[in-house]
Amino acid sequence: MRLPDAEALCADLVRKLRAAVRPETAMVGIHTGGAWLAERLHRELGLTVPLGRLDISFYRDDYHKSGLHKSVKASQIPFEVEARHIVLVDDVLYTGRTIRAAMNELFDYGRPESIDLVVLVDRGERQLPICAQYCGATQAVPKGAMLRLGRDEGGRLALRLDA
Amino acid sequence: MRNPQLDARGELTHLLTLEGLPREIIVRILDTAESFVGVTEREVKKVPLLRGMSVFNVFFENSTRTRTTFEIAAKRLSADVVNLNIDTSSTKKGETLLDTVDNLSAMHADMFVVRHSTSGAAHLIAAHVGPERHVINAGDGRHAHPTQGLLDAYTIRHYKRDFTALSVAIVGDILHSRVARSLIHALGILGTPDIRVIGPRTLLPTGVESLGVRVFNDMRQGLAGTDVVVMLRLQNERMGGPLLPSAQEFFKYYGLTPEKLAVAKPDAIVMHPGPMNRGIEIDSAVADGPHSVILPQVTFGIAVRMAVMSILGGS
Repeated sequence: MRLPDAEALCADLVRKLRAAVRPETAMVGIHTGGAWLAERLHRELGLTVPLGRLDISFYRDDYHKSGLHKSVKASQIPFEVEARHIVLVDDVLYTGRTIRAAMNELFDYGRPESIDLVVLVDRGERQLPICAQYCGATQAVPKGAMLRLGRDEGGRLALRLDA
Repeated sequence: MRNPQLDARGELTHLLTLEGLPREIIVRILDTAESFVGVTEREVKKVPLLRGMSVFNVFFENSTRTRTTFEIAAKRLSADVVNLNIDTSSTKKGETLLDTVDNLSAMHADMFVVRHSTSGAAHLIAAHVGPERHVINAGDGRHAHPTQGLLDAYTIRHYKRDFTALSVAIVGDILHSRVARSLIHALGILGTPDIRVIGPRTLLPTGVESLGVRVFNDMRQGLAGTDVVVMLRLQNERMGGPLLPSAQEFFKYYGLTPEKLAVAKPDAIVMHPGPMNRGIEIDSAVADGPHSVILPQVTFGIAVRMAVMSILGGS
């Protein structure tokens, strides 16, 4: 299967977002792929509020089935969430459960004014009423396969499909 | 024989002792705890992991501090918490330990945090409850106090990063100390090359060297060049007994004063599991001084207990 070029999608997202963000817009990336994408967008858009990162392990809805994720990273939200417009960034939008968990976690920091969702790829198959305001591409993926964003040593982003 | 703390897949399902635990399990607990430290700085200091689960703190031996930190940890994970102080008088009514546990299980306890004056009590309960229930040893007799050992290891890692270059001294009543035993096991598993125990002969267990420690009776010799000094609480009830002549004499030889601490490394940290006896095992000038990390230990203890509970609760 030919996957979309992550670098091209990223450049496209920067174009789409440029009109929508202000310097004081806050951005939050979801570990790990979403945080890589957010780092890139944050830099290219010249945002001044420091980038936030979320590890949603403590908010996952499958904890009682699958247990705690093996390698949990600390979430860092280095700005006041209360009454702020937040751009939430993830690499792949799928069931919507990760985004639900991320929004629950964000609300534990304060009550944002609004949240927009930015994703590189939407692979469909949603299980919750969640949609992205900014999306690089839609790409159907066989059930059971994992579509992920990778980053090489030079910082280049690329999509890959894990069986 | 399988380690009774691990399930068939090798995942931690009870925490009874640090002895014999795989290094990666200890590192995972410490890493997870690091992520929980940030949770307490948020507006909502809670995560929903243990929502719907009930944690029973069952203390057959009194300990306000340990019970409170377990209670806070469970509440920050959104669990329902029930505290039971079962002193010896109620067990004198005739109910056995396992009958008590069965009754609490019938009240839908998902996790037991157990403190008992008898070594092995937590093991006995873990072997008795079904696979869907988890047991955390919060101190059993002289045997083990694994979450204290983990929070001590967390504190050392926080300030010193790398265990493989460290010299750690544990000072005082090693003989009666489950804190010392658990810390010695944790340090050994994490690769600490130089672990020392310092105390009078009467308060050092015979054969303590077999745990991989060096033994010192002279405190200045023992503290020379150490990175970490862990002071143990001297239990008042042992004073004046056959093992110890007097508090004053103990302080003279084994109390941590600025003068004795001066032979440790200049950036050495001083730890104490609490509650402290000022003027017996530690001088106030040290307890409140720049080397002391005694209060951060308490804060880290909550994050470490959250990490243990969240790993067990999901297993």
